[in-house]
Amino acid sequence: MQSLQTVARPEINLRVGSEGQSQDQSLDIETDSSVRLVQVQGVTKAFGVGPTALKALDNVSLTIRTNEFFTLLGPSGCGKTTLLRLLAGFEHPTEGAILLDNKHVVNDPPNKRPVNTVFQSYALFPHMSVEQNVAFGLERLGQRGPEVAERVAAMLKLVRLEALAKRRPSQLSGGQQQRVALARALAPQPRLLLLDEPLSALDLKLRRGMQVELKRIQRETGITFVLVTHDQEEALSMSDRIAVMDHGRVLQLGRPSDIYERPNCRFVADFIGEANVLPGSLFGFKAPYVAIRPERVLLSMKQDPENSGLPGHVVEVVYLGATTSCTVALQGGPLVKVERSDLPTGLVPDRPVICRFPHDALLPLES
Amino acid sequence: MAAQPRFRDRALLLAGPALLTIVIFMVLPMAIALVYSFMTASPYGGVEKPYTAGAYVRFVYDRDLDDSLVFDTTYLQIFARSLILAALTSLGCLLIGLPMAWYVATRRPVQRQILVLLVTIPFWTNLLIRTYCWVLLLRDQGLVNNVLLWLGLTKAPITFLYSDGAVLLGLIYSSLPFMVLPIYGALEKMDPRLVEAAYDLYADRWAIMRKLVWPLAKPGVAAGNLLVFVPALGAFLQPDILGGGKKLMIGSLIQQQFTTGRNWAFGAALSMILMAFVLGAMMWSAWRRAAIAVPV
Ligand SMILES: Nc1ncnc2c1ncn2[C@@H]1O[C@H](COP(=O)(O)OP(=O)(O)OP(=O)(O)O)[C@@H](O)[C@H]1O
Ligand SMILES: [Mg+2]
Repeated sequence: MQSLQTVARPEINLRVGSEGQSQDQSLDIETDSSVRLVQVQGVTKAFGVGPTALKALDNVSLTIRTNEFFTLLGPSGCGKTTLLRLLAGFEHPTEGAILLDNKHVVNDPPNKRPVNTVFQSYALFPHMSVEQNVAFGLERLGQRGPEVAERVAAMLKLVRLEALAKRRPSQLSGGQQQRVALARALAPQPRLLLLDEPLSALDLKLRRGMQVELKRIQRETGITFVLVTHDQEEALSMSDRIAVMDHGRVLQLGRPSDIYERPNCRFVADFIGEANVLPGSLFGFKAPYVAIRPERVLLSMKQDPENSGLPGHVVEVVYLGATTSCTVALQGGPLVKVERSDLPTGLVPDRPVICRFPHDALLPLES
Repeated sequence: MAAQPRFRDRALLLAGPALLTIVIFMVLPMAIALVYSFMTASPYGGVEKPYTAGAYVRFVYDRDLDDSLVFDTTYLQIFARSLILAALTSLGCLLIGLPMAWYVATRRPVQRQILVLLVTIPFWTNLLIRTYCWVLLLRDQGLVNNVLLWLGLTKAPITFLYSDGAVLLGLIYSSLPFMVLPIYGALEKMDPRLVEAAYDLYADRWAIMRKLVWPLAKPGVAAGNLLVFVPALGAFLQPDILGGGKKLMIGSLIQQQFTTGRNWAFGAALSMILMAFVLGAMMWSAWRRAAIAVPV
């Protein structure tokens, strides 16, 4: 670890506290320019021209803080990669501005931006050894000799690949290649590291392991990470803040708990954690819809004294190990998913049941 | 290996047709040429006994009036000229072919197919005709001189034809596809994201070319060099037509021995010397590549 501290830049060690912030983080970002690393201002990116043009990004604005683990989350084709490529400099926005460290960078090519990318396919140089791959960026920056060797060794140690330094990429497993790609991108100490679905090619177990590794490396280096994923669990467990995207727009931006507990629209509620979305009128809300998480719905066999539950019947019961998932059709049609470890026994399809929705678990959705 | 003799037999049987083809079309003619090169030329073409090494002696010695042997470099010079011209052809093809291949390989798929087709279009016309077309272009009243005169860049026509330069031009022209296609083949396989990755890691255009494109193009360059150098070394059309037959290359010399020269033995001996040289060069380069290559 010592080598790491010697290589880290001073400003990288300066941590911006992630605890004890005001509720609305976007507020203090607007006022405190020292923590604003990236500002995306009204960026639109259209592919093609004229009426057939496709807006991959539609008036996106967001701010990424220094030292933050920021995640772009959204379904396939929503524009995550496009936004990342704009940050790296591979694409030029059709409209809008991008600022890095309060400087406009839209006209800087990728090799002039202190931004590195971990590509989804890794894109390791096949004719170079692991070491040479990691040294590539440093050498292009004009570093030579022991300086490079030291930094490469530190990076390989960081990703735990010291033993494989002389190998070719073709001689590595998928997970190892992934880590070489990470070391290569981290070596030049970028201000911003972009990761485009870096874990999607790995199997589940390796993926969980790499998630922990990524988080550790981000903490140890203090470099700002922007991660692209369409795995909501990954986003929730790793991120400081998440931007949920759909159809080229940012629908909600906030801490994982904000997004999970206070989704602002139907899409976010549904995309993150499979919420039940029900008409608001059912519970006397003004909002057109309310969402409730499957683990917050209560299920019982008979009505309670206050008569507050809604009757329905069981449609399907699926045993999931730690929990059991039960789908209930409420009277009048809507389906409700309940997923708990304490469901009553004797649930079989067509059995009449009562669903209760604790008031504090109901999330009103504006749209 | 020894445990499966029956497998080996079967493998041999399967390889049989290919082996037979190679023997009939390659080994046999070579063997005939080798035998001919050690025989005596008959005055009306063909060869006759006795067996002699005379043809090889003739390559470096001339027979004086008093029948004594004098060291003579005429043929050696032709040989050296051929080597230099072939090497320059390879170099010229590389300098033009590498950027061409890179350009084609970086286009969109549809454009690529069209461009590759364009590269192969010259093959649709006979080489002899294409070489004569260069005569029409380069001669004193040809298109090139007319344009130069019209532009006022020159007062009198420049004599391009019947020079080493014209021969080299013809050789580069006819060999270019053989350089472009193998390099294109190597570059086309390259993942375009590698270029983005290098660009992202602070490489400028020059560094991308030197550190990424060139190493990945190298196998194609090696193949292209072989495909260009060897045929150029034995070329006779271009030196005959564009060089006017005055400046011989080894290929034209060999061809002459079998036609007007009526000295089959000497022609066969020249072929053998050329072949030995090419084989030697190929083995040397293969050895060098094996020595450089880091085990993968
Ligand atoms: N070079 C391009 N030319 C034309 N359209 C493009 C181009 N790149 C992306 N698009 C389109 O822009 C939209 C957003 O693409 P993008 O790659 O950003 O999606 P994504 O969110 O990364 O999706 P995924 O999760 O599948 O990777 C898609 O509809 C895509 O077809
Ligand atoms: Mg993508």
